[in-house]
Amino acid sequence: MISIRGLTKRFDGAAAVDALSLEIGAGEICVLIGPSGCGKTTTMRMINRMIDADAGSIVVGGRDVTRSDPVELRRSIGYVIQQVGLFPHLTIAENVATVPQLLRWDAPRVARRVDELLALVHMAPDVYRDRYPRELSGGQKQRVGVARALAADPPVMLMDEPFGAIDPITRASLQDEFLRILRELDKTIVFVTHDIDEAIRMGTRIAIMRAGKLVQYDTPQAILAHPADPFVEAFVGGDRALKRLSLLPVDAFRANAPPPANAPRIARTANLRDALSLMLSAETDCAAVVAADGTVAGSLTLATIREALVVRA
Amino acid sequence: MLADAWHYIATHPQQFATALGVHIAMSASALALAAAIAIPMGLVAARRAGVALAAINAANIGRTLPSLAVLALAMPILGTGFAPSLVALTLIALPPILTNTIAGLIGVEPDIVDAARGMGMTARQILRRVELPLATPVIFAGLRTAAVQVVSGAVLAAFIGGGGLGDFITAGIAMMATPLLLVGAIPVTLLSLGTDFLFGTLERRLTPRGLA
Repeated sequence: MISIRGLTKRFDGAAAVDALSLEIGAGEICVLIGPSGCGKTTTMRMINRMIDADAGSIVVGGRDVTRSDPVELRRSIGYVIQQVGLFPHLTIAENVATVPQLLRWDAPRVARRVDELLALVHMAPDVYRDRYPRELSGGQKQRVGVARALAADPPVMLMDEPFGAIDPITRASLQDEFLRILRELDKTIVFVTHDIDEAIRMGTRIAIMRAGKLVQYDTPQAILAHPADPFVEAFVGGDRALKRLSLLPVDAFRANAPPPANAPRIARTANLRDALSLMLSAETDCAAVVAADGTVAGSLTLATIREALVVRA
Repeated sequence: MLADAWHYIATHPQQFATALGVHIAMSASALALAAAIAIPMGLVAARRAGVALAAINAANIGRTLPSLAVLALAMPILGTGFAPSLVALTLIALPPILTNTIAGLIGVEPDIVDAARGMGMTARQILRRVELPLATPVIFAGLRTAAVQVVSGAVLAAFIGGGGLGDFITAGIAMMATPLLLVGAIPVTLLSLGTDFLFGTLERRLTPRGLA
């Protein structure tokens, strides 16, 4: 969906992005991550020509970005920033209607779309339609920000630390919620963050950048299992084994053998990290895997969890 | 003494009405001219940080010049009468409008402009739909300051033969006739207060609902 080749951008002679190449498949969430100044935001902003590249090419859905009209291009790509940037003088509905209005949709169609989107991001249209941004909390503002970016149903979305300014508790629930929404809508997303836990949670694939170069580009699983070099290893953190376990669903490692009678119970939908924690605190080496209706679906052993950690290519 | 002033107005209605009319016409034209010059200038200057700073500094120096000095300087160049007074008053009104236009535009949060650009608004659309509405309260505050300055400054036009309510004041001072002085001074005071009130109301009316 997005194909980046040899992308280079220099600021005052120094390369902020240095011959970067990246392929992002349709429906994928590609997380760009790295320390500040690594060029992740610059890379993202070159995709909708907020910054013009010095060299290289970006093709989005078969179209060469560097040869497209920037205004028309930007209307076809969703754009979400950390500070949200809602227009304070416009109502929530008017904010969400921005791109459809730029595209000259007729009024009834715009109104229908606005209500549809507000409902999608769980902002009751009747309650919030006519409110102003200053009346909303940080989390609500970003819900509106995402709704506004989705308005004209762009196939590609650029998100620059969308949850960066939101408190940790709200952030976790927004991450889950938006992950669900964006997967449902089958969007291709370029997501910039400096939070590795967020990257692991949201990313289909993670691109780790340093000094304008791509250091490693792979699935969260693979990056946690095989960090390409000591920089990546340090970046993903000392608890990468635990992080990997949190990506593995209990259900995939469930054995059909019946669990012992007194085994602690873990949901099929939980992850191995939760299961490990449960077993350690219950001082046992086997847990009962239960389905949503409470029936026992099998068992999970400590040995299985250990095996799961053994790296599979 | 007030009664004497009132008596003067009552016996010279034509003269008073003309002076009041000239005063208002001169002030309103000066303000309109200044706005027509300073607002576009501000829009251009605000685009470049260096130019904006230079413009604000120049305007602030302009502000420190006493109104009387501006009028006195206008006389040798432009002569006497209505037109030179108008030019001088326009010069007096320029700085507050210019600085506030620039400040209003610079004060728009960069994130808001970034979002607007990122969604595909053209520069013109960003200015019209985002920057100008957000800068309106500040620009209007500048117009308000300028309007009050012009209405009171127009009194000085009498010194260079520009007419207006200042005629009564200068004549009153020259003849040491306080009632005559009041015939000019009291209406000017009321006019200034009225102008301030009018522009204050407009400012509130034109502030977008989401702000404030």
